Amino acid sequence: MGKITNEELLSKIGAQFSNKVTTIGEPFGLLTLETTREHIIDVLAYLKTDPTLQFIYLTDITAIHYPEQEKAIGVIYHLHSLVHNTRIRLKVFLTDGDVHIPTATVLWNGANWMERETYDFFGVIFDGHPDLRRILNVDDMTAHPMRKEFPLEDPNRVDKKDYFFGR
Amino acid sequence: MSDIQLVDAPAGVEGAGFFATSLDKAIGIARSNSLWPLPFATSCCGIEFMATMASHYDLSRFGAERLSFSPRQADLLMVMGTIAKKMGPVLRQVYLQMAEPRWVIAVGACASSGGIFDTYSVLQGIDEIIPVDVYVPGCPPRPEAIIDGFMNIQKLVKTETLRRRNEPQYQKLLASYGIQ
Repeated sequence: MGKITNEELLSKIGAQFSNKVTTIGEPFGLLTLETTREHIIDVLAYLKTDPTLQFIYLTDITAIHYPEQEKAIGVIYHLHSLVHNTRIRLKVFLTDGDVHIPTATVLWNGANWMERETYDFFGVIFDGHPDLRRILNVDDMTAHPMRKEFPLEDPNRVDKKDYFFGR
Repeated sequence: MSDIQLVDAPAGVEGAGFFATSLDKAIGIARSNSLWPLPFATSCCGIEFMATMASHYDLSRFGAERLSFSPRQADLLMVMGTIAKKMGPVLRQVYLQMAEPRWVIAVGACASSGGIFDTYSVLQGIDEIIPVDVYVPGCPPRPEAIIDGFMNIQKLVKTETLRRRNEPQYQKLLASYGIQ
């Protein structure tokens, strides 16, 4: 079975979801779509279960923070159709004050730790997740460190203070 | 003629059939030449330590033949490598499990100051959570540098008074780290 072309993919998804899914682009040939949190689970379920597509492998869930955008937090899903050797990327943008999105653990158990990591670093709350707590950072951390409002550097660092360099 | 060097006797009173010195000095010599290090190696400095411990550099020349992988039997905690904040409580517990007298050496830039990892997830030097006796600079330090740091620990051990660990200054130092 050969690779599915992006045009085929688009027409199939368009027939199913019409205006609920918009195309962002095809960087490096990777079809990238945007949808809303109301439809993301439907889209993922369709991509996973459709017999001609079979995007059965959830490569990654992650997020991105664009503080200058109105919808600042983007949640990103990467899917892989192992049968067709085809990949697709889905994005959902959320406003900063309301970072709720339904969990994908209903489709893939592997989404569990990915969503915990995304929660840990971006503070995205996955509604319905069985155990949404920090996975990599220390439990008592209050920040979601990959968000732009948190400084990357540790505030306790002393040896980079200006007075050590005569500034 | 053998070229084996023995540790010099401490200052004392010598006569026919006897030698008198203070208990501090005798115990200091014994301790400093039979330190049991606990290697807490988390990254590349740990690799340098392996070279230090192996036959070419041979840390056992200094009486540290026996590595202790149990903190209860160790005298010297050698922290080698980046300590992430999540590892901090583990390191602290290892330190608490060691019996007095105990010494700590921070090997390499990361253990001493966080090194290049000036970031939210890395401890900016282990002296944020436990007291440190000797810092070894380098990224990673060469085995010679680790040996030099070890010999500085030996000097500390040799000259430490037996009462030091009961002094209020020392208690204050531990208290500043939240250790009773």
